[in-house]
Amino acid sequence: METILEIEHMSVFFTQYERGIRRRILPVIRDLTLSVGAGQIVAVVGASGSGKSLLAHGILGILPYNSHVEGTIRYAGELLTPERSAELRGREIALIPQGVNYLDPLMKIGPQLTKGSREEKVHRRTRRALERYGLGRETAEMYPFELSGGMARRVLIASAVTGTPRLIIADEPTPGLDAKAAERILGHFRELADEGAGILFITHDLELALTVADQVAVFYAGETIEAAPAEDFSDVSRLRHPFTKALWHAMPEHGFNPISGAQPYPDEKAHGCPFAGQCSECMSDCRETDRIPLREFRGGMVRCLYPGEETVL
Amino acid sequence: MKHRLQFTGKKLIRMALLLLGVSIVTFLLMCASPLDPLQTNVGQVALGSMSPEQVERLEAYWGTETPAVQRYLGWLGDVLHGDMGTSLLYRQPVLTVIGQRLAGSVLLLTAAWVFSGVLGLILGVTVGVFRGRWPDRLIRGYCLLISSTPTFWLAILLLLIFSVWLGWFPIGLSVPVGVAADAVTFGDRLRHAVLPALTLSITGVANIALHTREKMIDVLESDYILFARARGESEASVVLRHGLRNVSLPAITLQFASVSEIIGGSVLVEQVFSYPGLGQAAVTAGLGSDLPLLLGITVVTSAIVFAGNLIADLLYGAADPRIRRGAARE
Repeated sequence: METILEIEHMSVFFTQYERGIRRRILPVIRDLTLSVGAGQIVAVVGASGSGKSLLAHGILGILPYNSHVEGTIRYAGELLTPERSAELRGREIALIPQGVNYLDPLMKIGPQLTKGSREEKVHRRTRRALERYGLGRETAEMYPFELSGGMARRVLIASAVTGTPRLIIADEPTPGLDAKAAERILGHFRELADEGAGILFITHDLELALTVADQVAVFYAGETIEAAPAEDFSDVSRLRHPFTKALWHAMPEHGFNPISGAQPYPDEKAHGCPFAGQCSECMSDCRETDRIPLREFRGGMVRCLYPGEETVL
Repeated sequence: MKHRLQFTGKKLIRMALLLLGVSIVTFLLMCASPLDPLQTNVGQVALGSMSPEQVERLEAYWGTETPAVQRYLGWLGDVLHGDMGTSLLYRQPVLTVIGQRLAGSVLLLTAAWVFSGVLGLILGVTVGVFRGRWPDRLIRGYCLLISSTPTFWLAILLLLIFSVWLGWFPIGLSVPVGVAADAVTFGDRLRHAVLPALTLSITGVANIALHTREKMIDVLESDYILFARARGESEASVVLRHGLRNVSLPAITLQFASVSEIIGGSVLVEQVFSYPGLGQAAVTAGLGSDLPLLLGITVVTSAIVFAGNLIADLLYGAADPRIRRGAARE
């Protein structure tokens, strides 16, 4: 299987000014490692505020001007420089955003998807992309506010296939949908993956992610703390990190047991394991060891000093 | 269409109420004015040398002895019959005076309005795009400086530099001195209008540019701009196709709302440049206790400002697809 996207030790920093002059640098993503293969759906699961969307923007090269990225991102084996991602986004790398407010409210759907191009070829491709998701020619003449919720979501997916996407980044594409509607959307993703695209599926919903994903990467406070094949989630003893296990126990079919506390904000003093405050297995050296590395463990990856220990709840 | 008519009808009723209110306030302010019309217009010395009968006739002419309520109701009754009265100072029907003065001001006002609107929009969009970098700091600094400068002071400054020192433009008036009315060319009028129009534009630009900048920044931080970038649209395309489009709606409102600022500013600017327009007539009427003329000018300018806002509302309805198509569907 060809690897489409390979992220190694990616960090994203924001520069902020406090009261005008005091500058501080805020790490929002730290030491992220992730890979997506062709035909594969990789789910990135994390709570809101864990930096998931910034991961998407970082790959696309559209982070705000007061940020910078460290580490390496490879696309199809080659380094993804800002110039290259500017060249590829919208053509080979596509973003599927959350909802209708990602469309220009004052522009008709057609011109938005064709990006103002006058080429007949582009218009034909756009028509075909809309047709593929059951949207007729009249959709192109509509404004975003005239679309129903379901239509808007299909338009956003169609926007991805107006190019020839090899990597699709779906950032929370199913908010507020019931399980059935969400599964229908995810069915479209599976279809795109089967056609050979790699899909990075960013979500806070582990249960939903497991219905479609091949690989799951768990995000906590801007770090990937575990990467596991989706089938590992069928049995909690095969999971590696205490947070992933806590997520598993929080799922409705596994007892709905929530974890107490909240993840630390990026500006809180990072010292030791960031999960220490919520971890039931926390040891004294967990609080002292800075920058715990992500390492191979039982066929997956984990960032923990004592992975795989049985969690007592 | 029915919706649009209803909307316009409601607005017109509101306008009638507004004009009534404005005229009452103007009248009350005039009554409270400490200026005695006889002393101001006839003069202490001349009054002293007059017989009591003459003074009485003058008092009747200026209406100082008539009760205030009666004077106002008399004026209102005439206006409702289409008669705005006669100016006490110019001894001509108020409408004729306003017509002449407005014709004098219209070149000035329109030029300032168009220029400040267009330039303000361009500057505002530009600084919005370059937010935080030097073009932004430069233009924003300029705008803040101009916004905090009194218009009349700016007018005097320009007069000093361009008319007195450089001698590029005339010192004042709207036509050259000593030239027969039919010998005055359009070029002459233009030359006389440049400085006052420039003063009005410079102040107007700052306001519009600062407001447009805020809007542009909001637009550029929106989700749809992010998605446009993610789809590979170039920075130019993002600004021109999405940025300008979304900033155009608030720009319409701003542009028509600035009508009031231009008219308000013209009062001071015309005074400084001795430009015989509506603004100057308003000052003359106010200081000379010419009640019918002052009431006439306030009512007419209020109507113009109101019409500006009404046009903005109607244009908004035509330009925003959410209103246009939303109303069509009802």
